[in-house]
Amino acid sequence: MSDLTQQDSLYSAREPIFPRRVSGVFRTLKWWVMAVTLGIYYLTPWLRWDRGPNLPDQAVLVDLAGRRFYFFWIEIWPHEFYFVAGLLIMAGLGLFLFTSALGRVWCGYTCPQTVWTDLFILVERWIEGDRNARVRLWNADWSLRKVRLRVTKWVVWLLIAVTTGGAWVFYFADAPTLAHDLVTLQAPYVAYASIAVLTATTFIFGGFMREQVCIYMCPWPRIQAAMMDDATLTVAYRDWRGEPRGKHRKAEGAENLGDCIDCMACVNVCPMGIDIRKGQQMECITCALCIDACDEVMDKIGKERGLIDYLALSDEPLERAGNKPRPYWVHVFRVRTMVYTALWSLIGLAMVWALFVRPEIDMTVAPLRNPTFVTLSDGTIRNVYEVRLRNKHGEDHLFGMTVRGDDALKIDVEGSVGGPTTVVPANETKKLRVYVTAPPDSMPAEAHTTQIRFWVDDLTGGERAYNDSTFNGKGAAR
Amino acid sequence: MAEPRLDEATGQTTTGHSYDGIEELNTPLPRWWLWTFYLTIIWGIGYTIAYPAWPLISGATEGVLGYSTRAQVADDIAAHEAANAELVSQLVSADLSTLAPGDDLHRYAVARGGAVFRAQCSQCHGAGAQGAKGYPNLLDNDWLWGGTLEEIAYSVRHGIRNDTDENAHYSEMPAFGDILEASEIEALADFIPTLATGGGSEPGATLYADNCAACHGEAGKGDPVGGAPNLADAIWLYGDDRASLIETITNARFGVMPAWGQRLAEADVRAVSTYVHALGGGE
Repeated sequence: MSDLTQQDSLYSAREPIFPRRVSGVFRTLKWWVMAVTLGIYYLTPWLRWDRGPNLPDQAVLVDLAGRRFYFFWIEIWPHEFYFVAGLLIMAGLGLFLFTSALGRVWCGYTCPQTVWTDLFILVERWIEGDRNARVRLWNADWSLRKVRLRVTKWVVWLLIAVTTGGAWVFYFADAPTLAHDLVTLQAPYVAYASIAVLTATTFIFGGFMREQVCIYMCPWPRIQAAMMDDATLTVAYRDWRGEPRGKHRKAEGAENLGDCIDCMACVNVCPMGIDIRKGQQMECITCALCIDACDEVMDKIGKERGLIDYLALSDEPLERAGNKPRPYWVHVFRVRTMVYTALWSLIGLAMVWALFVRPEIDMTVAPLRNPTFVTLSDGTIRNVYEVRLRNKHGEDHLFGMTVRGDDALKIDVEGSVGGPTTVVPANETKKLRVYVTAPPDSMPAEAHTTQIRFWVDDLTGGERAYNDSTFNGKGAAR
Repeated sequence: MAEPRLDEATGQTTTGHSYDGIEELNTPLPRWWLWTFYLTIIWGIGYTIAYPAWPLISGATEGVLGYSTRAQVADDIAAHEAANAELVSQLVSADLSTLAPGDDLHRYAVARGGAVFRAQCSQCHGAGAQGAKGYPNLLDNDWLWGGTLEEIAYSVRHGIRNDTDENAHYSEMPAFGDILEASEIEALADFIPTLATGGGSEPGATLYADNCAACHGEAGKGDPVGGAPNLADAIWLYGDDRASLIETITNARFGVMPAWGQRLAEADVRAVSTYVHALGGGE
């Protein structure tokens, strides 16, 4: 073993990062993204949507106990969970699309970890000052002032964290009622527990873990490597233009230096604490703040912007040869991104179509197969079916049932008087036994099986639905 | 194995592991990861103290929280019993004939009765209540001892031909093998299936009128009060082929059912009767 390994510890402490304030196009964009995403997250549960009596008036609500998901005019029942699956697939394909076109754009702009960390850093800067002040405070001995600043910062972080955890539970219950119950300590235990857990994760991940979450905990950066190729636009340093770097512009030989004046602005603003000039690296979340920082400096020293820029690896040889890079749209509109877009739209359109054609009433039929048929005392053959009738209307509806397949077949609904009808209560699924009989010696009674179709008529609303099944006759026993 | 060296691009040393020229960097783990690891160990030890965990010679440590899944189940059952106490008391005092499908009480009785049926009745009557040879099918509309809810409840409560309940249904057909000649029994076996269709011939008709009609009725319609099966319908508990009929007439049958009133709670007797009545054959 050489000295090299013996010097290394297996573990290392986190290097503190003090991102400097920066302004520019991408910083402004990130402020807007933060405002919009946080706005959506915190305010959505408070939107109201009138659905009539007996139904919640919350626009977006996950009703776990009632097994319903409400999203504005859309109401998802458990048997329509494929809508949620479709949304998840669309979210996945959307990430593939954006990653193949723009690299880790999700990480840099919209990932909750990035957004909340950004917010926490903003709070930190308001309370403790910008980068230099924060470095000084970090290195300073503990004093009353340091304690005061630290405690203030933690309290504000904690408030944000509690609000974040608090907003989450409002998606699962009526927000105004739950807010009242939370304050008066009457809310269910699970609400407080959820808030506590999310408060803790927000506080720790946003305040102390930050880039550690991206580097060591998140699997997505690893997966994204498979989504990117050399035509993907990503944040990079034009080293052919910047190198050799050098500070002393008036020194001898300065005319041979590149555009990089080694001012460390790009490093100082980086929330991941890396040097983009070393090239593509795992830690980079492509937040583009180094682009803003460098552009500021380039403006000041009178050089062209874009020393650090959104670049595609495939353009590097072009640029080194002194040509212009291909335009952005060439990198964005590629076969790969087109295929992702097509798949994404296809699933989206299919779901929209399914959403519009889905009926307000629904029926499932399960034949009871133990036994397959029953012989009654006069020789009549009877089959039993377990039928579920679903009424998505806000009021009770009268449903009538008929059976087709053979004229000899008769239908009877459990508990019905004077005809095969039943009342299905509002917003409910009713389970009942339905008897179909074939008289002795009739075709379906003697046959092995007869294909039949159940029709349910919403006698109140006028809709119809059907379900196919089988009638077993005595032939089945032989 | 190559010598560890300093990798210039990353500033890290390598471990010295090299496979097909691919070397492994000796990047240190974050220290918080180490602390998290220690924390999980401490949590794990605490968990085994709080909950049942360590195996002993017989059994295991009980855990200071005193948790057990068995106690949890018992608590769940007790909680359900408590929640259903009102329905149970209604069921015990209800007039069964007034229960209508769709009522909460009826729904509860059918659900509870289904559980009782699967545990206590399905061994003989089948999981689907379809019965078997000698064990009546409870789905059809043919009832030896009557098919109203009260009559079914009576049969469940007191049973059939048992010697534990003096109110049990009791009927006993003689074994005609001791009374009639073999040829006479064969003539009866030929005649009985014609009760449903008509066209029976002598000597079966006379033999039937002399020996069977007293209980089974002249037209063979049976008698649910005395438990005499209907011989003119399509349902045969022991089979309607000639060999089965000869065996039945020769040796008689003697099906027995326990008196469930002695084994089950009153609520369960009523619930399972409601369940059977609701299977589709109830009168």
